[in-house]
Amino acid sequence: MSVLVLPRRRPLLDRWNLSGPQLALAAFVALFLALFLVLPVVRVMGVAFYGPDGFTTQNVEDFFATSLFRESFLNSVYVAAMAVLLASVIAVPLATILARYDYPGAGLIQALGAIPLVMPPFVGAVAMQLIWGRNGTVNLLLSEAFGFKIPFMEGLNGVIFVEALHYFPFILLNLSAALANIDGSMEEAGQNLGASGWSLFRKIVFPLALPGYVAGASLVFVKVFDDLGTPLLLNVTNMLAPQAYLRITSVGIGDPVGYVIAAIMVVFSLAAMGLATLSLRGKDYATQQRGGGGLGRRKLGGDLKIAAHVFVVIALLVALSPHIGILLLSLGTIWSYSVLPDAYTTAHYATIFRESPQLIANTVLYCGLAAGIDVILGGAIAYFVLRTRLPGRNVLQYVAMASLAVPGIVLAIGILRTYYDIKLPDGRALATFWGMLVIAYAVRRLPYALQSCLAALRQIHGSLEEAAENLGAGKIATFRRIVLPLMAGGLLAGFVTSFATAAVELSDTLLLVTREADAPISYGVYVYMQSPAGRGPGAALGVLAVVVVALGAWASHRIAERDRRRRSRET
Amino acid sequence: MTAQGKSGVEIKGLSFGYGAELVLAEIDLTVAPGEFFAFLGPSGSGKSTLLRLIAGFGRPDQGRIRIGAEDITDLPPWERRVGMVFQSYALWPHMTVAENVAFGLEERRLAKAEIAERVAKALDLIGLGSLAERRPAQLSGGQQQRVALARTLVIEPRVLLLDEPLSNLDAKLRLEMRAEILRLQRGLGLTTIYVTHDQEEANATADRIALLDRGRIQQIGSPIALYDRPANRFVATFLGAVNLIEGDVVELHGRATFVGPGGLHVPVETAERGPAALALRPQALGVDAGGSVRLSGRIVAREYLGATLRFGVATDLGELIVDVAHRPGRAPLEIGAAVELGIDPASAALVPGAALSAGGR
Repeated sequence: MSVLVLPRRRPLLDRWNLSGPQLALAAFVALFLALFLVLPVVRVMGVAFYGPDGFTTQNVEDFFATSLFRESFLNSVYVAAMAVLLASVIAVPLATILARYDYPGAGLIQALGAIPLVMPPFVGAVAMQLIWGRNGTVNLLLSEAFGFKIPFMEGLNGVIFVEALHYFPFILLNLSAALANIDGSMEEAGQNLGASGWSLFRKIVFPLALPGYVAGASLVFVKVFDDLGTPLLLNVTNMLAPQAYLRITSVGIGDPVGYVIAAIMVVFSLAAMGLATLSLRGKDYATQQRGGGGLGRRKLGGDLKIAAHVFVVIALLVALSPHIGILLLSLGTIWSYSVLPDAYTTAHYATIFRESPQLIANTVLYCGLAAGIDVILGGAIAYFVLRTRLPGRNVLQYVAMASLAVPGIVLAIGILRTYYDIKLPDGRALATFWGMLVIAYAVRRLPYALQSCLAALRQIHGSLEEAAENLGAGKIATFRRIVLPLMAGGLLAGFVTSFATAAVELSDTLLLVTREADAPISYGVYVYMQSPAGRGPGAALGVLAVVVVALGAWASHRIAERDRRRRSRET
Repeated sequence: MTAQGKSGVEIKGLSFGYGAELVLAEIDLTVAPGEFFAFLGPSGSGKSTLLRLIAGFGRPDQGRIRIGAEDITDLPPWERRVGMVFQSYALWPHMTVAENVAFGLEERRLAKAEIAERVAKALDLIGLGSLAERRPAQLSGGQQQRVALARTLVIEPRVLLLDEPLSNLDAKLRLEMRAEILRLQRGLGLTTIYVTHDQEEANATADRIALLDRGRIQQIGSPIALYDRPANRFVATFLGAVNLIEGDVVELHGRATFVGPGGLHVPVETAERGPAALALRPQALGVDAGGSVRLSGRIVAREYLGATLRFGVATDLGELIVDVAHRPGRAPLEIGAAVELGIDPASAALVPGAALSAGGR
């Protein structure tokens, strides 16, 4: 029999596995998220559902009583669903061909397939008009050869088309990864038991890859549902995001309709992501064994091979058309009612470097600061979650990740509403200070940086830190000498990802920028694209932004890859 | 590396759990200074957790841990001066071998020159002086193991803790490293606790073993004591093949006698009466040889194990496992052959208690 002893009371910090400075950092992280993510969203919800007599659904009822808003709501759902469908038509066959067959140049195609991700849809929208529009390249050729035109870009079609072309890589990448993670033995066991061909695919491969598809498809749905820039540039205003923007900018930040729309967008985003998570619960199909091979690749034969070639070529040409278009636009003199621009020039690039160095400088400043904040917040949250027993650490993580489901326009409206009445010393509203744009960027991109940091820290076996403590290093010394150097790659990758993607944020930029002197590149592209004369310089600016993002994406990929290789050699 | 490791370890009334789940219960044990002690047990028995508690990774819910005269229960890991070698080695990939080994000395704020000297000495001790500037990734498994050892030994720990140190090595290397660890331990006279699930490893190295199961110590003793005199059925079956014959200990002609099925009577030395089991190792049963208790049976199975032949013999007591030394050139017994088994009561061990309740198994 042991003697009954009350459990010893230990100091809190000790029980939480924390040091004092780390606790201070945790408080800072919590405060930041509360002030700049939770509070703005709560304010938006509050205005939408709060009347003079407390809680009310009056605003929502008013919203749905107006036919324009009903139509906008249905249009947004329709566009998002159709974009998922069209993106699937491109991505699913592409992923299947690349993962399951010996296809020449598969790596190159995979890389080309990811390119659309580095350009936000609004940049390519105008170029898409010139290629696919009523009097664009394709329809001019079609009517010349066959005497008819196809309304690719008419009304909602245009939004669906542009969005699908930009977001299909989310499905392609997720599905490819899911297919690649299926262990060859899964398929072999099925074959061993007599399954082959279509039945093998339907019963074994498809169910195993389904979680990857659902993850990608739900992301596409949310992104399309939230997008503001594309419909605005295509002059489609009868959708939710443009309506919210127009109400706030024309009627003012007191108008409840904008908030109702914002609330609907949050609810839809959360619901789409929640449904995806729910349907994937308990389906972690990482079946890949250590050292095991992926799915067996087979040879493409005869007709199938020709069909695959035709599909891949057409899909890639279509997917890259916005990029080709924007490049042509940035280099062309006049491009209107013609298959290609009339002549070529570099004058547009000269124009933007002469007229708008401020845009470039602002972008570097804002995105650099935002990415820096993200790395600090992301690194800290990752550490708290994976290495400490700080109470509420998971709440920090969930809140930070939840900003994925908060559309940029909603966050911007919330920040405007929350911080408009707080005045800076010079009399301007705090909400219009450029620092708030940095904070909005940081909040919006935090999930990416956090993912990167979590992945990096997970790779570091806990025993590496324990070994340091065992040899006499305290918490701080262990963090500085072991954790930080080993996480450096992940932190850098997170920084670059945040930086690059923040550089092309439009929806919150449009709402939060109030002076031209404060505007970043994305704002500049939007303003230039508004006028026919500005399209050339706008496209040049867009190309510049794409180059920045592409370089960033490439660098972050290289860093992550090098990190992974270095580590895998070690184990 | 001189002044290290002459402290013993004492654990008293230790319990530890994650939430409601009890991982370790009522652990009491003492490791003598300079002793090579093994925690042996199946996976999930709590042996690694116990080792990690000694290193300070986790705090016990109850109980105290002492090293020498000092109570270390409340010290953080970095103030305990116990050296731990991790199962995964935990070599830091961003540092060279020399930097890995120097780490603990730098944390102790030693002068640069002294650090360099001690690192060189430690690397020489494990025979890796020429690889000081390599990165862990460039080393073989055995070399990584040595570096992990050097990194720990260089801080002159009071106790050396080894967590399944050989599990990542191939069979041949495992034997080499086992001998190497034993040589270092004996040479330095270092108090050592070694966690393993491999009974052969524990038998070959340890002075004493604590056998754990389900978070409790089942028995502590020398390897031979555990094998010959198991305290319960778990200990008997965990340490190699055994025939467990269930029966009762009764008073017969004024002395304790084990009475089993089929009229088996074996005189035993015990003060207790009641249900018990007789543990007979396969080699304690002779075929067609002497022994005061005799038993007839028929061979129903045969395995050739190299030095021995293992027979399954059907008897009135059920099927028994019997090992017979194999002599080269002699034709072994065939399946179906009738044999006479002899039991030497002196080589039988009595396991007290009824079958289901005893010893937690």
